[in-house]
Amino acid sequence: MDINNAAAEIGLTIDPAYQAGVQEQLTRLRAVAEFLMEFPLPQDVEPAPVFQP
Amino acid sequence: MIGNALAVAHAVRSGDISALEVTGAALARIDASNGGLNCFTAVLAERALAEAAAVDGKIARGEDPGPLAGVPFAAKNLFDIRGIPTLAGSLIRAGAARPERDADLIEALNGAGAVLTGALNMDEFAYGFVTENSHYGATRNPHDRTRVAGGSSGGSAAAVAAGMVPLTLGTDTNGSIRVPASFCGIFGLKPTFGRLSRRGAFLFSSSLDTVGPFARSAEDLAAVYDVLQGSPCPETCLSQLKQGIGGLRMAVAGGYFMDPGATQANEAVGAVAGALGVDRMIELPEAARARAAAYVITASEGGLHHLADLRTEASRYDPNTRDRFLAGALVPAAWVSFGQRFRSWYREQIREIFRSVDVILAPATPTPAILIGQNTIVVNGVEMPARANIGIFTQPISFVGLPVVTVPIQSPGKLPIGVQLIGAPYQEAKLLRVAWDLENAGIASAPVANY
Repeated sequence: MDINNAAAEIGLTIDPAYQAGVQEQLTRLRAVAEFLMEFPLPQDVEPAPVFQP
Repeated sequence: MIGNALAVAHAVRSGDISALEVTGAALARIDASNGGLNCFTAVLAERALAEAAAVDGKIARGEDPGPLAGVPFAAKNLFDIRGIPTLAGSLIRAGAARPERDADLIEALNGAGAVLTGALNMDEFAYGFVTENSHYGATRNPHDRTRVAGGSSGGSAAAVAAGMVPLTLGTDTNGSIRVPASFCGIFGLKPTFGRLSRRGAFLFSSSLDTVGPFARSAEDLAAVYDVLQGSPCPETCLSQLKQGIGGLRMAVAGGYFMDPGATQANEAVGAVAGALGVDRMIELPEAARARAAAYVITASEGGLHHLADLRTEASRYDPNTRDRFLAGALVPAAWVSFGQRFRSWYREQIREIFRSVDVILAPATPTPAILIGQNTIVVNGVEMPARANIGIFTQPISFVGLPVVTVPIQSPGKLPIGVQLIGAPYQEAKLLRVAWDLENAGIASAPVANY
């Protein structure tokens, strides 16, 4: 992900001093998300945008 | 006087000691200990003395001063306290408008006669498990000052463990009550998602955040929980506390929750299971993915909650949280949406499990308190970043809003460690019964730390 382009889409400018750290966090998040999304979730499972236990 | 909350309330209500005397002693202890432990970010001596005097006035007039009469307490500094800024561990909120009203939980405790003594340190905006705050310093563990108190409610746990006050308030999104309760060797309650009011609490990740208490006994935890539920209390836990554990179906969480290298955590779970006569093991399916989903959802909700401030004031965030909030704001919707859909699936699996079990036992943390500044811990034989992995056993549980009581297990010559008693939604009373049983049997205890 080009973090500067993505940030611009939401009105955010990431200071060059923080870009390496932000990239590192996003790389970690991406690895976690990839592991999550490997799960064969049935297509009819709906999201829980308003969470009720 | 370092009594438990109900012992203090009993002494005050029966006139053995005045609320002013209790409050004066608590303020003196805070004054003596806070320099070394860094639990409080604000001490409200004037307000506390006024509240104590009001309790004493009620007693003098023959009025009911409330079930927690004269009990000193304090709150994580993300709870609104009228007249002081709600820092939430940050610098950027130090200049925010001062609330005119206390958070609901503080109002509830004041209404029960408890006396607010101050606000407590935390990880900035609750994004952490260590309470090493770059603006306000690290909170030190009262059992070993070279170690962290855990987080993000570290000040709340350490203040109770050190005997400064018998009750505190914290919040738990992914483990922020259970982790510091484990590291500081005290009791903590993370209630069912949605059961207690969050009004006046500065949120972190709104689909995960819960608010709850810390105490040094199961009985105190039940008493304060009843008060926090509001008046009239929908379900009193204190009255059910000593029913015993007969009829409760219990099991140990296996698989993901059994890291062979987590020796002390496994010993603690074993001691609890042995005392309760539990030999059944159950598996929570896809717990690792539940944790992954919680991680992604937290990052996104947290980052977006802060978007406006990140646009203008990112440089004033704690370096320990800044990059994570910025990255969280950029998380693609596809990840979050999948995480929320997975959450529905996982919740149904957990519901199914609770058809045949009432209480599940699991470690609260993979290790006892880590050192201040320690960057890694060993999980399943692999060296991992400490900050991201201290919550491995707590995140898959709060992900679907389950209530948990953390009970402290002490071992001679070792640091304390906590065990999670996990229940189905709205089953806090059962968990508190088990906690009381373990305390009564001498398995769980929270003596004031000898620091």
